[in-house]
Amino acid sequence: MLPAFSYVRPTTLGEAIRLAGRKGAHIHAGGTDLLGCLRDQVLGAETLVSITGLSELRGIAPARDGGLRLGALTTIAEVAADPTIRGRYAGLAEAASQVASPQLRNQGTLGGNLCQKPRCWYYRGDFHCLRKGGEMCFAAEGESQGHAIFGGDRCFAVHPSDTAPVLAALGATVRIAGAAGTRTIPVEQLLVPAGTNPQRETVLEPGEILTEVVLPPPAAGLRSSYRKVRARAVWDFALVGVALALRLEGGVARQVRVFLSGVAAVPWRHPGIEAALTGKPLDASIIAAASVAAAKGAEPLGKNAYKVELLRGLMTEELERLARG
Amino acid sequence: MSDDNVTRHLTRRGFLTTVGVGAAGVAALGPTPAEAAPPAVTEEGDMLRVVLKVNGREHRLLVEPRWTLLFVLRERLGLTGSKAGCERGECGACTVLVDGVPRYACMTLAAEAQGHEITTVEGLMDGEQLGPVQKAFAEHDAFQCGYCTPGQIMAAEGLLRATPAPGREEVRLGMSGNICRCGAYAHIVQAVEKAAGLRQGGGR
Ligand SMILES: Cc1cc2nc3c(=O)[nH]c(=O)nc-3n(C[C@H](O)[C@H](O)[C@H](O)COP(=O)(O)OP(=O)(O)OC[C@H]3O[C@@H](n4cnc5c(N)ncnc54)[C@H](O)[C@@H]3O)c2cc1C
Ligand code: FES
Ligand code: FES
Repeated sequence: MLPAFSYVRPTTLGEAIRLAGRKGAHIHAGGTDLLGCLRDQVLGAETLVSITGLSELRGIAPARDGGLRLGALTTIAEVAADPTIRGRYAGLAEAASQVASPQLRNQGTLGGNLCQKPRCWYYRGDFHCLRKGGEMCFAAEGESQGHAIFGGDRCFAVHPSDTAPVLAALGATVRIAGAAGTRTIPVEQLLVPAGTNPQRETVLEPGEILTEVVLPPPAAGLRSSYRKVRARAVWDFALVGVALALRLEGGVARQVRVFLSGVAAVPWRHPGIEAALTGKPLDASIIAAASVAAAKGAEPLGKNAYKVELLRGLMTEELERLARG
Repeated sequence: MSDDNVTRHLTRRGFLTTVGVGAAGVAALGPTPAEAAPPAVTEEGDMLRVVLKVNGREHRLLVEPRWTLLFVLRERLGLTGSKAGCERGECGACTVLVDGVPRYACMTLAAEAQGHEITTVEGLMDGEQLGPVQKAFAEHDAFQCGYCTPGQIMAAEGLLRATPAPGREEVRLGMSGNICRCGAYAHIVQAVEKAAGLRQGGGR
């Protein structure tokens, strides 16, 4: 049985913002991450504010500039199956289809996917770790197989989302509604690096609701992809994942954006890989150079050096796949 | 177990359950008004009044906000076909259809199931007969202990409603959210393929 809480399901965004801003309130979208956090007492909730009654947060629609708007309540299964996304933003469809399991994709939402809590086994377990307000990150000296190899700073938990790295690579933005009005920020800036604040995952203030994700119009020749390696083929989070977005112009890579999952507290942008590829043809020697560059800057902990090799191999395979088209 | 027996059994269970929680928990057996007011703000410990439509039948219930759909199906409606395994979305034993689509009842609050059509394994009976997916699982010995089976059957039912003639890979992917600790996977895949044929050939 879950710990007790009260529940409210407002029918207007304004009411939802007001209720979500109250002390002890948590937003409930699909609930697939939230209920697990409540069960494991990672979070305590006085009130769940369900946003599933806000029909304006549902659905996929073209944006006026030729991009695409995805309501925060769009399910992961809907993202994976959408013909426009599969055609123009293939990497996002690939990421969505690798999330969790069929049942969880039917229920989990895109907004919830971006705002979910880390899966670090100390954080989810019975440890009063730094991220939960304790003194230290136990992974630093402990069981670090699942933890960060980039940007770890006091806390080494990694961000679990598969959609966030691709959305960041595609240059997507999120719209956020709050008591003071709405703001739009790049997906890249939604999530908080460990070094900035290890006790916070998103920049959302209490009462702020992520209402939609907006994809820019696809540039000519845009290719995008996402693939993660996991311990088993379903349900598992990325040990390492690679999101790529680039333009191929006469065989030459332009506007390369590379974000990694499973390696940092945020989707980790890797400028070294981007530089190795930009302005170059995707041939074997360039791909090999990018794979070497991938390891640069990695700072593995005691038990996760394997992630560096995994990243290099995955980088090679993904670039080869992208080059084949 | 015939459909009639299921209904009678349920009726008795529903009644006992009602008595169990005192006058507060009302498991209505007849049809109730379809439109339910959205739950008002509640205080901790308050019960919510919900109407759940399960296997075509409406139930008026008082639920605690923290009760999952799985808990209500099993402990309040006596529909014990849906099983509790991990209760954290990691095994699939609790799979039910919500508006025809497979979901985990353990990760769904009962309050959130309001306004949706819920189908459990009990709802796949065709009168006195097993439905096609149930029949195929029985014929192919697609289980050993049987604990995961209701969830497997509901995942298969959902898959086949969306994809009536799936290929081998689609079956494996569609069934990938259900674990079988007995390892009956090979027979499960065969049963789903058989069920696709049964449904196409005039089954439901
Ligand atoms: C067994 C298991 C395996 C999983 N595997 C994966 C995986 O492989 N990859 C992956 O990416 N995820 C995975 N998940 C995590 C999760 O199921 C998905 O990320 C899902 O998309 C979360 O969406 P939700 O709507 O259910 O979120 P919820 O649980 O409703 O919400 C998650 C968090 O975000 C907040 N929130 C939700 N919506 C909003 C909003 N619009 N505005 C502001 N805050 C909001 C909530 O308050 C909560 O803190 C897994 C979960 C489980 C249980
Ligand atoms: S009991 Fe629901 S997924 Fe295991
Ligand atoms: S038959 Fe025993 S768990 Fe599947």
